Amino acid sequence: MIRSEVLREIAPVLREALVVCNIGLPSQELHMIDDQPSNFYMLGTMGLASSIGLGLALSQPKPVVAIDGDGSVLTNFGTLPTIANNVADNFVLLIIDNGSYGSTGDQPTYAGKKTSLAKVASACGCENVVEVQGAEAAEALRTALDSGKMTVLVVKCESGNIKVPVITMDPVVIRDRFMKAVRS
Amino acid sequence: MSISKQIVADFIANDVRFVTTVPCKQLGGVIDEVEARPEIHHVPANKEDEGMGLCAGAYMGGKRSAIIMQNTALGVTINTLVTLTQFYRMPLPMLISYRGELKEPVACQVEMAVHTKALLNQLNIPTYHFHRQEDGAELDAILKYTFMCNKPVAILTDATFWGGY
Repeated sequence: MIRSEVLREIAPVLREALVVCNIGLPSQELHMIDDQPSNFYMLGTMGLASSIGLGLALSQPKPVVAIDGDGSVLTNFGTLPTIANNVADNFVLLIIDNGSYGSTGDQPTYAGKKTSLAKVASACGCENVVEVQGAEAAEALRTALDSGKMTVLVVKCESGNIKVPVITMDPVVIRDRFMKAVRS
Repeated sequence: MSISKQIVADFIANDVRFVTTVPCKQLGGVIDEVEARPEIHHVPANKEDEGMGLCAGAYMGGKRSAIIMQNTALGVTINTLVTLTQFYRMPLPMLISYRGELKEPVACQVEMAVHTKALLNQLNIPTYHFHRQEDGAELDAILKYTFMCNKPVAILTDATFWGGY
């Protein structure tokens, strides 16, 4: 199972939450699979999906899922202690860990080698850390959302990409319709 | 009222309810006051670009947000300022300790100080420089301006403003 297949599996569950989606192919794939006003697509700024998601979860009561990647978490490792120490029980950090930098041509990440992101998250103080395989992602995400506990969910899958169009929606339009979905 | 308390009072009067900070000696009093005021949700960040991400999320969640940081961190925030804060048109007051100015004891701080205004200018970020204590009286208007125009706005506060080290 590759990332786009994981996204296809979890898309129905994501509809129940505000979604902050990582830069590059993950946003393009989610946009193609199931575009929703409640999806915030990052068009730049690698690494900050989890930070934006946490800020959002701390500031309003709706459930928030930040879809991150292993490479993006590695580039903003400081996010994990911040998440651990500022608990938002309406927040799920879902890391799709395919062991590679997918958007730049599948160069390997250290998460695909010796480094366990689940263990790092636990060591940072995150209390509910779950690691599953791609096929279990939808069920694990539903469980995390239903638990009412902040959860870091690491979904392991294969590297690989499909052809997807870029997002041409204006960023201000993405932000404006997302903020309307937040308030609705 | 101390200058630190006045700054935070201005934030609160302008409905700023979420503040992220990275430690700074000059801004220590402001950070303590941010932590002490129940109106403000204070989230310390490990790095300034991370803090700007937190602020973006809080803003979209309906809370006006602000960041407190040093000018030495400007370099690591440029991509975030351009591709997140500016690209999506979000307001962000940046209360910045302007290290490396007059009364600075550490030579290395000057190396970033000489680039600070040039970088902010290059990024088209409206920039205000508090040098005398009375300059702080403009903060209320600067915050109103920031939330009017939906831009990141920099407030540089130097050692003279803070009364030296």
